[in-house]
Amino acid sequence: MRLGWVVAAFAALVLLLGVGLTLNPREVPSPLIGKPAPAFELPLLHAPDKTFSQKEMLGKVWVLNVWASWCPPCLVEHPVVTALAQSRLAPVVGLNYKDARDDALPWLKRNGDPYEFSVFDLDGRIGIDYGVYGVPETYVIDRRGVIRYKHIGPLTPEVSRKKVQPLLRELAREG
Amino acid sequence: MRASLLALALIAGVALAQADPALEKRVTGLAHELRCLVCQNQTLAESNAPLAVDLRNQIREQLKAGASEQDVIDFMVARYGDFVLYRPPFKATTLALWAGPFLLLALGIAVLVRRLLRRRAPGPQLSDAERARAARLLE
Repeated sequence: MRLGWVVAAFAALVLLLGVGLTLNPREVPSPLIGKPAPAFELPLLHAPDKTFSQKEMLGKVWVLNVWASWCPPCLVEHPVVTALAQSRLAPVVGLNYKDARDDALPWLKRNGDPYEFSVFDLDGRIGIDYGVYGVPETYVIDRRGVIRYKHIGPLTPEVSRKKVQPLLRELAREG
Repeated sequence: MRASLLALALIAGVALAQADPALEKRVTGLAHELRCLVCQNQTLAESNAPLAVDLRNQIREQLKAGASEQDVIDFMVARYGDFVLYRPPFKATTLALWAGPFLLLALGIAVLVRRLLRRRAPGPQLSDAERARAARLLE
């Protein structure tokens, strides 16, 4: 009887710690999910004299991908972002985060430019508004301009296939 | 280019620090309450990750513009969630966090008390016949 209790308590502890092991402490749930995408107006990376505001995407489902040329994981996820953009499920806009044009433009030339266009967030201010803390990050924004999903860290083929793409299809149907 | 910018920012930071020690004190005070999202077990005050520097500058700017401590904390929570607070608020989702240790403590005390009481309880009483037999054996 007593042994039973000890075994039960031990099993409970193992279960608790086991679940703890599967959680990722770096994945901080974003309070921005379900909230309107923070407003911004930023110059384009390719054309500093033109600007883009998130308002222009109202009525469209779109993806915002935060990247930088100094960020190795961005290079890792680049093929996945490229494939996502090529799937034509939704336009992918780049947010070039705390980068230099002289570095960012050659980076895109070298690795391919999957973005409709990239906006240029030199001092990372808009990044702060979007709660960016680990580049790369990826946001899915619906027609009403509400953030529906956020992925922190490099987009993996699994996340793209199992989370992002189904969500984009669903949001496209929502109309 | 980047290095010179950084140096410039440092100089500017130092200049600011000297400009208004009271403000710097408030910035540091707040920065000690907020978690650096990059190196999660450090506060914004301790961390030198680029994001921590940016966020400290944010705090400084907002305080300078007349924001209260609570305004700045609300600004951070709106972007990074309760996780950014070193002292998480007491609410439904953090109930286990706050109450858990006390529950475990109460459970531990309950088990201990039970054991102690059981130990103090006298063992089974002997019947008169058994007593007589024991006395005989001990003689």
